[in-house]
Amino acid sequence: MSRIVIIGGGQAGVQLADSLRTEGYEGAIDLFAEEPHLPYQRPPLSKDFMSENDSASPLPLRADAFFGERAVEFHRGVQVTAVDPAGQTVVASDGATLAYTHLVFATGARNREIAVPGSELDGIRYLRTLDDAKALQSELGSARHVVVIGAGFIGLEFAAAARKRGLDVTVLEFGPRPMGRVLSRFMSGYFADMHTDNGIKLKLGEGIASLTGTEGKITGAVSTTGTEYPADLVVVGIGVLPNSELAEQACLETDNGIVVDACLRTSDPYIFALGDCSSYPSAHTGTRIRLESVQNATDQARSLAKTLTGKPTPYDSLPWFWSQQGTVKLQIAGIIHSDDESIVRGEPASGKFSVYCFRDGRLTGVESVNSPSEHMAARKVLEQRLPLTPELVMDADFDPKGFSRQLVFLKPNDAKNLEHSATV
Amino acid sequence: MPKIFYHHPGGATDVIDAVPGTSVMRAAITNGVNGIIGECGGQAMCATCHVYVREEYIGALPAMNEDEEEMLDVTSSPRHEQRSRLGCQIKVGPSLEEIAVDLPLTQVQP
Repeated sequence: MSRIVIIGGGQAGVQLADSLRTEGYEGAIDLFAEEPHLPYQRPPLSKDFMSENDSASPLPLRADAFFGERAVEFHRGVQVTAVDPAGQTVVASDGATLAYTHLVFATGARNREIAVPGSELDGIRYLRTLDDAKALQSELGSARHVVVIGAGFIGLEFAAAARKRGLDVTVLEFGPRPMGRVLSRFMSGYFADMHTDNGIKLKLGEGIASLTGTEGKITGAVSTTGTEYPADLVVVGIGVLPNSELAEQACLETDNGIVVDACLRTSDPYIFALGDCSSYPSAHTGTRIRLESVQNATDQARSLAKTLTGKPTPYDSLPWFWSQQGTVKLQIAGIIHSDDESIVRGEPASGKFSVYCFRDGRLTGVESVNSPSEHMAARKVLEQRLPLTPELVMDADFDPKGFSRQLVFLKPNDAKNLEHSATV
Repeated sequence: MPKIFYHHPGGATDVIDAVPGTSVMRAAITNGVNGIIGECGGQAMCATCHVYVREEYIGALPAMNEDEEEMLDVTSSPRHEQRSRLGCQIKVGPSLEEIAVDLPLTQVQP
């Protein structure tokens, strides 16, 4: 009998197991998950989960019964420690050796850690797993001064939640802007102002130099400018590293993640990789990218399930993301670069607007604040590569929903090559 | 315990005793009720927990906020003027001891 072994029990691994059955796969499925918990959703951990009145129970990805019903052998709390591509076997931390017909890396990513003097002190936390979140949740009850290192999505989501609980919050960001790599300058600036107005001390251009403490417990954070900020809790959010070591040991090609082709196949024809750990050629950017998002994990899983059941399917879903920071809901469709040409539509002061980003006259992405329907319209426009121009967006009569519903009588290839200067 | 009736398109029904304070989306996922995805974890960001509330329970529901209103415009199954809601925004408890919903045919674009 055939056997698909999936390494990783996050969104990608669990969705793949589910989708394989939906696609009619009848062989064995073995899912290895390192954490002892029933697989759970990570996005709420840095948001609602940090509020005072949260029930502190995570939302599972699937019910307990799922694994039995879908005939998925769930190796809970078990790590795969070695892969032998030649023999097509994996070795697990419980001593078992399993033969596979296909192997899938859904190993995700882990937090980058800081290495500055004092980083061994008590009270320095990361936020990725349920255990991380539970520890932080309880510490927030007694903390007074919180320092967040890194103004990325996770750092700012946490900072907003901590500030909402009335704590003194300082955010240190080495770069010149919050979320500077993934947002337009305008949107980045909007969030900087919003957090500052809410009383968060956002220190841009200041990295972390050292952490100070007494009797092993954190008391302060010293930034690269020499300023010391009081802290009884430090949360580090300085990005992640893909979990690709096991793949490297198996001699698979890696380069900021496990390198895969459009069908998510690695350099070994029987091994695949998806989700946060995979670096894939994006049809939307025309470059190789690695994405950390629920959308990417689940859509890649649905796509890979088709490939693994005999319907080779290049992955081409549009990337989209969301973040909830305080009362602000940010949704992003597409991949944006901070130097894209950006056009603001709507009134930022009203707390509801969008930023349309263009590069060489072509729409790269749309950022929406508290405008879910405009975000969804943007997704349709980008998915179908509808010829939206800066001129159209600037027109006072531009209606995103109406535009997204237009029919374009073009073959997909024509649409891709369409001159975006053409008027519709 | 509050009861939630999930009516599937094929005619089957799942009846779940839900912990008070739980949303229709969370109760479905926690108990393995198919037909609700809840990809964003209940933040009204993904519209994959769309349900059609049965007429007799509509009056007992809290008003919709703007986010839910907007997301309902983009569900993958057609929106119903009165009955469509997002499962993540409906919480059962003392003010809603029982609810019955019909599940749509799809929650994601094929």
